[in-house]
Amino acid sequence: MKDVRELLGEHDFFADMDPSHLDLMAGCGHNVTAPAGDLLIREGEPAGTFYALREGKVALEVNIPHRGPITIATVGPGEVLGVSWLFPPFHWQFDGHVVEPVHAVALDGVCLRGKCQADTGLGFDLMQRFAAVLAGRLHATRVQLVDLYGHETP
Amino acid sequence: MTSAPLHPLAPLPVTVLERRQETADTVTLELDPSEAGAAPAAPGQFHMLWAFGVGEAPISVSHVSDGRQAHTIRAVGAVTRALCDVDTGAVVGVRGPYGAGWDLDRARDDHVIVVAGGIGLAPLRPVVLGALERARDLRSVTVVVGARTPDDLLYAEELEAWREAGATVSVTVDTAARGWTGDVGVVTGLLPGALRDPARTVGYVCGPEAMIRLAARELVHHGVPADQVRVSLERNMHCAIRLCGRCQFGPDFVCADGPVFDYATVADRLAIRGL
Repeated sequence: MKDVRELLGEHDFFADMDPSHLDLMAGCGHNVTAPAGDLLIREGEPAGTFYALREGKVALEVNIPHRGPITIATVGPGEVLGVSWLFPPFHWQFDGHVVEPVHAVALDGVCLRGKCQADTGLGFDLMQRFAAVLAGRLHATRVQLVDLYGHETP
Repeated sequence: MTSAPLHPLAPLPVTVLERRQETADTVTLELDPSEAGAAPAAPGQFHMLWAFGVGEAPISVSHVSDGRQAHTIRAVGAVTRALCDVDTGAVVGVRGPYGAGWDLDRARDDHVIVVAGGIGLAPLRPVVLGALERARDLRSVTVVVGARTPDDLLYAEELEAWREAGATVSVTVDTAARGWTGDVGVVTGLLPGALRDPARTVGYVCGPEAMIRLAARELVHHGVPADQVRVSLERNMHCAIRLCGRCQFGPDFVCADGPVFDYATVADRLAIRGL
């Protein structure tokens, strides 16, 4: 059975990360599983973790009165779930509803923030990776906002 | 009995053999153009379809089999609404076929990736079916589909049949209620994971033009040669025979030189606003 360090080394999000940084990251991680139907993260609750998904799928949902939960994005293998652990007030902004059974490495945000402050090389590397994720999600959100498919010509 | 039109813009009357409701605002009409002496369309080509008393619109062919062909139409304007409202047995006008097709033979011993957004899946359906028929000559067939919501997804049952026939089919929607187990996000987000050997891949892309730009750019960014990406463009067409100039796109007329182009040919023009 692979340990957390090996699993992180194989994960797309951590591709080409300095081995010493992976060692530091692994000290803050542990393996988790979650069955379909679970809420992995819940809007408004403290965000102390992020998840490096190895298998499964999680739907990011917003609860809308009289409409119920609406999925705004899905996160799958090779991607990360959760950026709210990085920024105050450290609360989840969305629900994370497990659609397909999840195998992931959960990384403790408090532990990681401490290590990033102590080792700015790790902090910069991790910030670059999260910035790329956020830029990609911002771009996708902008495209979704355009409602491309809503106003096609005949 | 066949009859020839007296004028190149005159439509031929053709009977609607079957009408299928695909989604709330999208309908497929099956016709046999040979009934009136019109030629069938090749994949990627279009016919001008007339709703008599209302007007005409360019509609791509979404299936061709034994002379019978299908047109999938989304009701977004007066003409397309009228076409969507016709019943089986009604008569519509047909002229064409027009334009350049997909060039399915472009892919030989290559991976084929079909990227469709919204109603753009309709003109790509013959590409998927053609690729699956030639699957032995191809390395793989991948279909990536984007839609607004799960309810707007075209040919939902057929997608499963394509999977069973050997295609890798990925679907994403812009938003969904709980219960949808597929992906939610933009169609371009699926492309990096869908590509296998980009240099040996031929891409076929159709959808809203902004989506075409983004998807074609993403394919090229990941290593698919720009001259191996085929895109189908849409412009306001009127005559469809290179006369009126309504669909002029730089030096080309979309009605006659397109609607399918090599992305390498049109990439720069797609970046010009207002063209």
